[in-house]
Formats: sequence, structure tokens, C-alpha cells
Amino acid sequence: MRFWISLLVILGLAGIAAGVMKNEYYFFAGYVVLQFVVLATAWNLLGGYAGYVNFGTAAFFGLGAYIAVLLIKAFQAPLLVQILAAAAVGAALGLGVGVLTLRLRGIFFSIATVAVTIIVETVIINWRYVGGATGVQILRPQSTWPFESYIEMLFFVALVLAMVAVIIARYIQTSWIGRGLRAIRDNEEAAECSGVPTLKLKLAACVISGALMSAAGAPLAMYQSFVEPVSAFSLNYSVSALAMPIIGGTSHWIGPVLGAVLLGTVQQVVTVTISSELNVLVVGVLLVVFVVAAPEGIVGLARRIFRK
Amino acid sequence: MTPILRIQGVSKHFGGFTALDGVSVDVAQGERFGLIGPNGSGKTTLISCVAGAQRNEQGTIVFDGEDVTRQPAYQRTRRGIARSFQIPRPFRSMSVRENLIVPLEFVVHRRSLHRADVHGEAQRILDDMGLGAKADTPCDQLSQVELRKMELARAMAARPRLLISDEAMAGLSGSEVDEVLKILFDLNAKGITIIMIEHIMHAVMRFSQRVVCLDAGKIICEGTPDAIVKDPQVQKAYLGA
Repeated sequence: MRFWISLLVILGLAGIAAGVMKNEYYFFAGYVVLQFVVLATAWNLLGGYAGYVNFGTAAFFGLGAYIAVLLIKAFQAPLLVQILAAAAVGAALGLGVGVLTLRLRGIFFSIATVAVTIIVETVIINWRYVGGATGVQILRPQSTWPFESYIEMLFFVALVLAMVAVIIARYIQTSWIGRGLRAIRDNEEAAECSGVPTLKLKLAACVISGALMSAAGAPLAMYQSFVEPVSAFSLNYSVSALAMPIIGGTSHWIGPVLGAVLLGTVQQVVTVTISSELNVLVVGVLLVVFVVAAPEGIVGLARRIFRK
Repeated sequence: MTPILRIQGVSKHFGGFTALDGVSVDVAQGERFGLIGPNGSGKTTLISCVAGAQRNEQGTIVFDGEDVTRQPAYQRTRRGIARSFQIPRPFRSMSVRENLIVPLEFVVHRRSLHRADVHGEAQRILDDMGLGAKADTPCDQLSQVELRKMELARAMAARPRLLISDEAMAGLSGSEVDEVLKILFDLNAKGITIIMIEHIMHAVMRFSQRVVCLDAGKIICEGTPDAIVKDPQVQKAYLGA
């Protein structure tokens, strides 16, 4: 109950902020943070709960952006349709990648997911209709009531996406599915012998995770008004989506949220105040610090403190 | 007696190495069946093929009248084959109780989750095993004998009809061996067929009604414990020439 009230409160606060704050930049920056909440939460379903480290977040994210581009160019489809279609295609890619790679364990699975990014990016680079290597310009439509600007609306779209992702992650974590995924992470063979259909469960996690990642990518086209393959499939998405849950803590749904808000905000501040290159360094340094000093992330730290 | 498990002509190779070479044996309903053999003779490979962790290239495995040779491990668990591991494989991030809830949720109550009291049922199984007080302990804080019992408890939580105990007593002291043996006798008394793999000879000889000895992937001898001990081939396999 507290969880649902918190969600409503956050939504309400965001609404008030929209009315009070006139500087569009905050929504511009907030959008990025929320987008990372979705990516980190989605990554954690497979990477955190089941222990299958996915380096292919950028493949799903970039694909989502390009599904949106395709739908805009072909049908002038509205944003909601773009997001839903991206989620469907992301789910399909998740299923395909899962069937091909989830029989691999550990590092081999991770390497395979890197390859997926390269494959998808190569396909897009060679596809003229969606802009090829040079990218494609998108015209943002007029903002609709009650939003004062399109960026403000995108901020709320990202907020809703983040909430959906967190609701799904929380449900999975507290249900039998989450217990099965944890059993897989702890010992896959013992899980199978305890009746856990390991391949099916991993596939399900991969499909849901892929759908959320692609959905997170869909609004990118409208957000940037310009999409090109190198930045849409940037390795930074893959690294951040992995670093944020690890920093926040992978065992609980709040971990990726904390990690994404913390790291995402620091990145935005650093980008504005120092340089846009330095924020990659911030991710790296924080990741190393947490892996060494607090391998269970912020959640693990908090648990240790509260137990004492 | 009708066989609950029928292993027919099972062979398994790892590259050029023949781990199992046409093994055929039946295990009767309710039997206490011992499987012995020197290190590397194929005991664990054989039961991995029965439990589904590995696939045999040739031969069939029939459980309770149904050919399970091509079924994945989790389906065999649901049909009633459970195993414990030679080296305990607990779900380390979970408490002892949660370890048992996994099979309870995924096997026993998978169609009636919202109605089932999995916590209470896990507690009852742990009480039976003498682990009741440890239910909420994280399982990385258990002693070796407690881990072994937890593995058996987790196997039992799936309500198996055939329990395979893979060296559940390795590394335990004399009195601990007796504790685990008593648990296995009790389970057998409830009608569960048990296959015991064991290096502790006095335990497996005391427990088993029938013993099979494997050597280099082949069955070299089969009989009552007394007959096995006297068999010259078994003595040769264990002691050399």
C-alpha cells in the first residue's frame, strides 16, 4: 500500500513541479534520469535477479528509437503507438536473443549480447529509409494540453514508463518468478532439480527486460529531434544500465532506481558544469568504488547499517 | 515388484572418454538401492542422466512407466525424481526455509499457489529433518551436516517418489552419518524409493537391500550387500589387482 501511495505522491509532485518550474531544462535533464531508471530496472530483471549479465542494452534501446523513427516516417504514428510497438519489437528481439544465447552461461552470454548490439547497429546503418549512417531529422509535433511543452510531456511519459518498469520489477521480485530467478543465479543446476524451468524463466526475464529497454528508447526520437546510429547504439547505455543496478544494489527493485537517480543526476550535473566527456569517467570511478567497497550496492550498505 | 526406474543400455561419452558403457538396471518400487564403485567409475554420471542434468547418448530411462530420456531435469523433478548433490548446492542468497519454498512453489503447488501455505509446509518438512530451529537462518551460516540435511529437505519438498542421495554423508562424523541414515530410513518407510551413492561402505551396506557396483562405466556386480563385499571383482576394482 505504501508503495502505491509513494507512486501517486511522486506523480503529484511532478505535476506540481510542472506548474511551478518554468525552466524547461529541468524536464530535459529529468527525462534522461528517468530513462535510465527504466533501463537500469529492466537490466536488473535478468542481470540482477538471474545473474545473467547483459551487455546489449544499447541494442534494445537503439532499436526502440528506430522503431519510433520508422513509425513516424511511415505513418506519422502517435507517441503511444511508437512506444507500444517498440516494446513489442523489443520483446521479440529479447525472445530471439534469449533462444540463441541463454543456453550459454556466464561470460559467454555476455559476449553474445555485445555481438547483438553490433548486428542491430549494422543493420540500421545500412537501412536508408530510417536515415542510414547519417541519421534522420524528426519534427516534434505541437505539445498537447495540459503540457506546456513537448519536453514536459516527454518527461511525464518517461515518468510513467519508469513507474511501469518499477511495478513490474517489484512484482517479479516478490513473486515465485523472482524466487525462481534467484535460484537460477545461486545455482542453476540445483534450481532445475528443484523444478524450476530455468530456460523458460530466463527467456521470460529476457523478453520483459527487452520490451522495457526498447520502450525506453522509443521517445528518444522525439526527445532529440534527431537520431543517428552511433549515439543511439552507444556503449554508454549498456555500461550505465549495468553500472546503475550494481551501484544501487541488484537484489532489490529499489537498487536500480537509486543507482539511476544518483548516477544519472551526477552525470547531468557534470555534463553541464564540467564537460560531457567527464561523465563517462564518473560512471567508471563510481563502479570501481562500489564493486570494491560495497559489492551489494547502496541497498546492501543500508541493510548492513540497519542490522547493526 | 514392478520397477519404478528402468535404466536400459545407457551410454555417455565425454569426448573420447566413455563414462557409461551400456548400463542396464531396474530399481523396484520402495527399494533401498545402493550404488558403489571407485572414483571415476560413473556413479554420479549415471544419476545425472537419471535426474536429467546430463543427457545420455544411447539407451532409455523409464520412470514409473514413462520414457523420460529426453525430458529436461525440471520435468523429471515434477514427475517425482529428486536428488541431492555430492557437493551441497544451496541457494546461497536465501534462508533455509526459502530454499524449500522453491520446490514447493515450482513443483507441488504450482497450480494452486495462492491457496497454498508454503511457509508452513516448509516448516513441517524442516521439523521432520530436525532443522526446524534453523528455518530462518541464511543458509551460508549452516554447518556441513546441516547443509546435507537441508539438501535432503529441499529434495523432499518436491514430494518425490524416487530420491537419489549422492554422497549425502561424505565428510560427516560417525554420529552425523547415523543421523542422516536415520532420516533416509524414515523416508523409505514412508514409501519413497531411495538410490544411495556412497563411499562410506558400512553406511551403504547397512542401508541397502541391493547393491550395484560400477567400474569404468560398466556394472561389474549386483547383489545383496553381503554378496557384494565378498565378490572378487569388487575387491579388485577397489583394491587393485
